[in-house]
Amino acid sequence: MTCELTQTRLHAYFDGEMDAIGAAEFERHLEACPDCEMRLAAEEKLRAALSGAQLYERAPESLRKKLQISLPKAAVPPPVSRSRAESWRWLAIAATVVLATLLGWQYLRSLNRFSQQQAMAALIVDAHLRSLQPGHLEDVISTDQHTVKPWFDGKIDFAPPVRDFANNGFPLMGGRLDVIDGRTAAALVYGRRKHIVNVFVAKTQPGDSLNGSGELQGYHWVAWQQNGFTFTAVSDTASADLDQLKQLSLAP
Amino acid sequence: MPHRDAAYNLARWILRGRAQAEDVTQEAFLRAYRSFGGFQSGNARAWLLQIVRNCCFTWLQQNHVAEEMTEFDELTMPPKTENPESLAMASYDRERLQRALEDLPAHFREILVLRELEGCSYKEIAAITTRPIGTVMSALARARQQLRFLLTEPVPKGAGRDL
Repeated sequence: MTCELTQTRLHAYFDGEMDAIGAAEFERHLEACPDCEMRLAAEEKLRAALSGAQLYERAPESLRKKLQISLPKAAVPPPVSRSRAESWRWLAIAATVVLATLLGWQYLRSLNRFSQQQAMAALIVDAHLRSLQPGHLEDVISTDQHTVKPWFDGKIDFAPPVRDFANNGFPLMGGRLDVIDGRTAAALVYGRRKHIVNVFVAKTQPGDSLNGSGELQGYHWVAWQQNGFTFTAVSDTASADLDQLKQLSLAP
Repeated sequence: MPHRDAAYNLARWILRGRAQAEDVTQEAFLRAYRSFGGFQSGNARAWLLQIVRNCCFTWLQQNHVAEEMTEFDELTMPPKTENPESLAMASYDRERLQRALEDLPAHFREILVLRELEGCSYKEIAAITTRPIGTVMSALARARQQLRFLLTEPVPKGAGRDL
């Protein structure tokens, strides 16, 4: 019997191309599937044989010399003779370069903002994944907002707004402390059908990079600001659910 | 010259020859230098290796290495179920592995060399071979299966390729 996972997921697992959750799932499967176990061992043997045989062939000295001779020639532009008309052309080129630099700089800035946002989203998703490890989800387990809110008292230097939305399908399950990007955050845990939603609450700071919503590794996140707090909701549930939670939270 | 070894090694295995690999690597480097404007920041190794593999396949085509141009979908498959013998492979010397690797179709050679010798990620391989990641993944699975299959074939007398 051939397990249907052997063709696809086994190789992704073997090559370290699976996320933590997928890998953990596959390892669980591995314990129960002797077929996959045998095939994984076979892949490991093949890899060991390939690397043991030292098949990698480095470029020979002759190629290095050839490249040294031929490449500078290819890179140097043909010599130009200057005339009055040419100097105008150089001026035009210089202006173009200045313009291109300016545009490039603008572009890089927007790119940088984008990658900062991506990095922050990755931290949030990591924190969410961390919380799903056994025993990590809640430090205070309660469906009562009047139990959860005082629990944060004295543990952090702000009082996060804690509300239960059980009537709207988001029952409060508890809370815990988390550290994201070196800053302490209150994490509120909500249930959404069979999914877990983490809402991280931190004091808004200038330069907070996360805004709007997005998706990373199959997890959705939605970020918003209210009354000096930045809220970031993250879950594997549909993004529409997170939008609904945001609206509930923003409503007075 | 950064990535010179990576470029040469890839060409050597796709083309199955050292002299050809030297020529084609040089050609690829020249092309890369001339078109450096086309390089958009990012992974320089992947960008260079993409040029190298394109040069290699052009070379194979021009030199009428016809069977090399088989596409993934047309590649013949080894028997679907692998026998315990092929799964529990013994140890093989370099020569045997080299011959098996060279007997694979070019697209399988390419993908195995990128993954096993060059250590590229799926994403990099997808960029270099301009194929979707899903195709890379399934091709890699098939390439490994076929390599194992070739390693359990009896060695034909007088086999071995002259380089």
